[in-house]
Amino acid sequence: MSDLGWIDAVVAAARPQVMGALLRYFRDLDTAEEAFQEACLRALKTWPQNGPPRDAAAWLILVGRNAAMDDVRKRAKQTQLPDEAELSDLDDAEASMADRLDGDHYRDDILRLLFICCHPELPSTQQIALALRIVCGLSVAQIARAFLVSEAAMEQRITRAKARVGNAKMAFETPGAPERAERLATVAAMVYLTFNEGYSANQAEAEARAPLAEEAIRLVRLLLRLFPTEPEIMGLTALMQLQQSRARARFDKDGNIVLLEDQDRSLWSKGRIAEGLALIDKAMRHRRPGPYQIQAAIAALHAQARQAKDTDWKQIDLLYANLERLQPSPVVTLNRAVAVSKVSGPQAALEMIEPLGSRLQGYFYFHGVKGALLQQLERADEAREAFGRAIALANTPAEAAHIRQHLDRLSS
Amino acid sequence: MLYAILCYNSEDAVGSWSKEYHAQTMERLLTVHDKLAKQGRLGPVARLLPTTAATTLRKGREEMVIDGPFAETKEQLLGFYIVDCASLEAALDVAKDLAKANPGTGSYEIRPVAQMHESHLPAEKKPAA
Repeated sequence: MSDLGWIDAVVAAARPQVMGALLRYFRDLDTAEEAFQEACLRALKTWPQNGPPRDAAAWLILVGRNAAMDDVRKRAKQTQLPDEAELSDLDDAEASMADRLDGDHYRDDILRLLFICCHPELPSTQQIALALRIVCGLSVAQIARAFLVSEAAMEQRITRAKARVGNAKMAFETPGAPERAERLATVAAMVYLTFNEGYSANQAEAEARAPLAEEAIRLVRLLLRLFPTEPEIMGLTALMQLQQSRARARFDKDGNIVLLEDQDRSLWSKGRIAEGLALIDKAMRHRRPGPYQIQAAIAALHAQARQAKDTDWKQIDLLYANLERLQPSPVVTLNRAVAVSKVSGPQAALEMIEPLGSRLQGYFYFHGVKGALLQQLERADEAREAFGRAIALANTPAEAAHIRQHLDRLSS
Repeated sequence: MLYAILCYNSEDAVGSWSKEYHAQTMERLLTVHDKLAKQGRLGPVARLLPTTAATTLRKGREEMVIDGPFAETKEQLLGFYIVDCASLEAALDVAKDLAKANPGTGSYEIRPVAQMHESHLPAEKKPAA
């Protein structure tokens, strides 16, 4: 990369705000994207000579808007006069730009931009793809690679998703506080899904999918900057950083999964852990616990244990108990059972998960945990059976290989 | 005289650096650091976590704890150097070297240090490099 790498970074950083504002002006995603493209081209031409403008986002918004308006005028000469209702805010002059960019305006712009990607009729993978394209500015090829599909297939998916979003009625008025909170929760969930798409992968895929986790972390930081006093957003940022801190330790050199307790902790990223711990500390002060904060607190306890045997399982069990109360789900209970097995032994944990069998029958991890507990109780035949089911349900070869290691140990 | 060189930049932009650009920039900066260290002029150097990790305590009859940095600004304080310089001119030279190693947006504020506490953190409390 040349010395001009900083321009790419400045443009990428400004993108959500600029796209959000352009969408508000033009009320059409394609027009907003074209305007943004044009603004970027002009930035590449002028910034290297003149240096960066003091406010890159404002510069890009203004240039993009003017370029798109020129374009609309040219087209209008060929066809018909533009519908004024379609082009809002045409009359305002540059002087009012500063006001427009101040305060809550751009916060709602960015939130809206993210929120329209979360259209409830879109399957979650399409929501993610759309957000990566529109908000993060990843190319279709980059997104296709991360989702392990062909570029043509991804192009088609994104086009369809855009059409669907375009047909839906978008709310452009400033949202009220309850509506803003709802949008934020929806967007936060989508960002966490994006992160998980990049995280739960085997090693071969991990490299291709790594950009998903990276972009998700950029997005959650953006959300936190827009909503700096929201403890759940602090919690989510902390959770993602703490989980991502272990990325380098999750696979051995043969590409096999390395479980948390067996990971080489010197490979964990100290910078990410420091940020995660600082944020969870801040969030806790608000005394408004939520699922992201609790999960982050659990991840923090793992991050603070120098060795696996130093892990504060008792505290983790308590945190899971809180999470169960706040967000009851068989998967949470299953996770808690792992902590219970460390505190009270495998029998207590097994009793805890047995009632979950009917609901988690098709869940790989359920049979894996059950097998491990049975193995500890030296009920080898039942353990073998549970592991067998887990292998049949495994999502990735690495998961299956991991269970096979357990089976090997049982038969040796 | 000791000078503080305070590094301001848009943390959004710095957060958007590609891995390669980050690595290249760090390498260029390290060359500047090494030169100063060899001359025995480099004091504490710190890179701060993002302002989202910041908390502000506002003094008053009742102290107020606020999430976030002290002021909302377009460019944020991201880190600082303490460097021993013979003159403002020399301090500006250091800042220019840093700017050359890390071009683009941002600024360096050069502030003479009035006083510095002599104590040092015990080795095990020092943050990891």
